Amino acid sequence: MSAEYTKPLPRPQAMDMPYWEGLKKRELRMQKCRDCGKVWFPPAFGCPQCLSTNYEWAKLSGKGKVWSWSVFYQVYYQSFAKDIPYNVIQVQVDEGPIMISNMVECKNEDLKCDMRVEIVFDDVTPEVTLPKFRPIR
Amino acid sequence: MDARDRAKLKALSNKVAVIGVGNTPFGPYYRTRDPLRNVYSLGFTAFKNALEDCGARKDDIDGVILSRIPSYSKFCGMVGLRNLRLTNVLEPGGRMSGAAFQWAMEAIACGMASMVACVYGNIGRSVRDTYGGDWGDPYNDPFGWTSPGAFIGSMWQRYMYENNVPDGALGHQAVSQRKWAQMNPNAVMQDPLTLEEYLKARYVVKPLRLYDYCLVNDGGVCFILTSAERAKDFKKPPVYCVASSQAASHGYYYQQTDFLEDACRINADQVYGTAGVGPKDIDVVQIYDNFLPTIFFSLEGYGFCGKGEAPEFVKGDRTAPGGAMPINTSGGHCSESYMQGWALHCEAVRQVRGECGPRQVPNVKLSQYICSAPIGTSHIFSGGKI
Repeated sequence: MSAEYTKPLPRPQAMDMPYWEGLKKRELRMQKCRDCGKVWFPPAFGCPQCLSTNYEWAKLSGKGKVWSWSVFYQVYYQSFAKDIPYNVIQVQVDEGPIMISNMVECKNEDLKCDMRVEIVFDDVTPEVTLPKFRPIR
Repeated sequence: MDARDRAKLKALSNKVAVIGVGNTPFGPYYRTRDPLRNVYSLGFTAFKNALEDCGARKDDIDGVILSRIPSYSKFCGMVGLRNLRLTNVLEPGGRMSGAAFQWAMEAIACGMASMVACVYGNIGRSVRDTYGGDWGDPYNDPFGWTSPGAFIGSMWQRYMYENNVPDGALGHQAVSQRKWAQMNPNAVMQDPLTLEEYLKARYVVKPLRLYDYCLVNDGGVCFILTSAERAKDFKKPPVYCVASSQAASHGYYYQQTDFLEDACRINADQVYGTAGVGPKDIDVVQIYDNFLPTIFFSLEGYGFCGKGEAPEFVKGDRTAPGGAMPINTSGGHCSESYMQGWALHCEAVRQVRGECGPRQVPNVKLSQYICSAPIGTSHIFSGGKI
């Protein structure tokens, strides 16, 4: 399937390799500060709260809620043209940070703020697994 | 902010003035193409018009701040400016118009420059700029997440949910701004717009429709600042900067869960505190409308109305010609021209001068500029000491 996959793909770097590796292993991981406990996203060199660089890659629950959502009618990427209208959601994970994703197993008409969601691991290529979300029913 | 900082801001009040504003045609440039047109030619024309507006000589200018014009050496070379004491190029984002103004003001106030031209050019329509696409972000682009319109739209979606706002609430402001544009011969959009037409327009990124978006057009803008002492020697009465403020909402994402409220509140405290006035004392306000929700967030954040009240506030033509709180009297970014706040500065100055013709708000004593963005800025202008 990777031959046909034309949408933008991440190129994992030293900083975020544990994030992408985690997704391939069916784990949502984010950095968690060992000094103050802050969890942050996207991956960064140190803690945005106390500036400690002593952190771990913590396994998260994979659950959260939709902070907000949008539906794209405009084609900004040719590779998304056939998906229009497609949704993008901001998921606030239960551990705090907000991340961008797409809602699956849900009609665009049924999207609502604060709906509870859980992660779905989408193996878009042999190398890359993207974190998508579906409603918790 | 402590008492000493507040005293310093008070001392800066009315010390710097705008003496000249200039812009290119907007409407005509929207309807024509010209191979000679680029950001340098647009900046050239705006600069020339601003000099003509104030009657300053080119050699009086000893500082230049550019934005969306990438090379200061190329631009200054083409307009023949040498021996400048202040030179800078700011990133092309719209948040920089208010920041350019402030850095010019600061340099003049402390004597590092005596007359500064801030110059901007935007060739968006000719190059078919969409302000979106693959920006190479590994956490956004794989999901199709792009464009400031989507970022603001997602905040508006949440705002509607939290405040129980019906779909279409932005339409009243779209219609009011179009009424202003129809009184501005240079505005790109001249046709009337009804609420029905607004609602029938296509979604770009839901919840935002076509008329919630700013235009994409070609144009240039320049404003020239100098000290209050020197400002009296030029063609038109000086327009003093009574107060100015900047507050940031930095973060990885443009969208902020507080609808930019914290930064708005900090700015409001500084500008109104310095000027010794409140939102009710402002006669006319230009609010950065990259997308219409930004106006609503600003109105609430600056205290023009309470939290969740902006959708009611803009109803009943309150912000339209003849209304109690005129907003975006040139037509704003959605109906006049998307010059990323630069042309809004010109309009704020022209309203104080009383030179806006049919769209002139009567007896303007205080005119305000507001931009709520990752770098939020605001200024209050007046024609005399308040």
